[in-house]
Amino acid sequence: MNYNLDFAPVFARWPDLLSGAWVTLQLSFGAMALGLIVAVLGVWGRTAGPTPVQWLIAAYVEIIRNTPFIVQIFFIFFGLPALGIRFSPNVAALVALVINVTAYAIEILRAGIEAIPKGQTEAGTALAMSRLQIFRHVVFMPALRTVYPALTSQFIFLFLSTSVVSVISANDLTATGNDINAQTFASFEIYLVITAIYLVMSLGFSALFATIHRVAFSYPLSR
Amino acid sequence: MIREFGPDEVVFILMAARWTLVLSAIAFAGGSVGGLLVAMARISPSRWLAGAAMVFIRFFQGTPPLMQLFLVFFGITIFGVDVAPLTAAAIALTLHASAFLGEIWRGCIQAVPSGQTEASWALGLRYGMRMRHIVLPQAARIAVAPTVGFAVQLIKVTSLASIIGFVELTRAGQIINNATYEPFMVFGLVALVYFAICWPLSLVARRMERRFARIAAR
Repeated sequence: MNYNLDFAPVFARWPDLLSGAWVTLQLSFGAMALGLIVAVLGVWGRTAGPTPVQWLIAAYVEIIRNTPFIVQIFFIFFGLPALGIRFSPNVAALVALVINVTAYAIEILRAGIEAIPKGQTEAGTALAMSRLQIFRHVVFMPALRTVYPALTSQFIFLFLSTSVVSVISANDLTATGNDINAQTFASFEIYLVITAIYLVMSLGFSALFATIHRVAFSYPLSR
Repeated sequence: MIREFGPDEVVFILMAARWTLVLSAIAFAGGSVGGLLVAMARISPSRWLAGAAMVFIRFFQGTPPLMQLFLVFFGITIFGVDVAPLTAAAIALTLHASAFLGEIWRGCIQAVPSGQTEASWALGLRYGMRMRHIVLPQAARIAVAPTVGFAVQLIKVTSLASIIGFVELTRAGQIINNATYEPFMVFGLVALVYFAICWPLSLVARRMERRFARIAAR
């Protein structure tokens, strides 16, 4: 092997890498926040809505979870303009990510709420707690504790999936790498650096989520 | 010139699904061998070996699969060797599957009650016999549902091989879409084929998971 790795052209572009990483973070957090809001509505419709709505939401969840994200993003990015709806690549990427993560979040939240026995809310009523108090202390917090680990790993999964939005040339971290690659041809060095950036961020998220878990959910569990 | 989206295009996409299945099968078979090695290394008494397996798993679980694909694809060309997209994708996804299956199976092996291991010590069984006859058969039962679940994940990940130019289902869809400009028909069909492959597996995984939960709750 007579190839010398040369990272200089990659590091020369650090401002671009930084802004690419920023877009990746915005997409990840934006999609997670919006996805959670839509998912809460989805869970409500899935468990308490009229039967056709329940079926529709169940079908949506199954379709999204059993097809690749890249096909979903192509469908949205190339398909919607055919209907006269035009998105910039970044907005299309966000829409695709929200549609994707919502399906997973609905399943996670549903499992968390179903894990709370009905007797618990009845006990809350017997203790003369208000409906809001019951929802907050009896349903929401325990459910949050149950779903927290699944939601945080879903977030990291989402964060890693954002790399795929580079295929529609949204300007995320991976797409920034593709740009630098087109100009310098130092492919291996570029993607090595980009991979390292992703790795540092995802390990950072794991550590952060573990700390939050320790601090926020450390009160004793009933056995 | 824009082509019609006709029967020929449908057949082209359906035939390309073979390559999705071939790539998935290679990665799953390779990942099974690798995954078993990773799982064994992870629970081995050697801290060195366990640490190396841990780093391997953390890397593959903490980086985008697309980057893993790029690193293998461009990494091999550094050696001055031209690599076919199928080869690069097969190597990258085998490593990817090894890490994920390794971590899943590590959990399953450790879920076998420790009394079983102690009993086999008491019977004087060596490591190889203990693993082969006592621990692994019991771990395998626990492992079926999450392993099928991961297979679905893996089939979906093979779609990323389209980005390095391997003509499987997704790439075939792109090619036809570029020629016909019928994105709804084309990507709708592509999604339908993926769904037809993945959904039955998801259902099987879910049913086994539920059955196992019922047995465990008894």
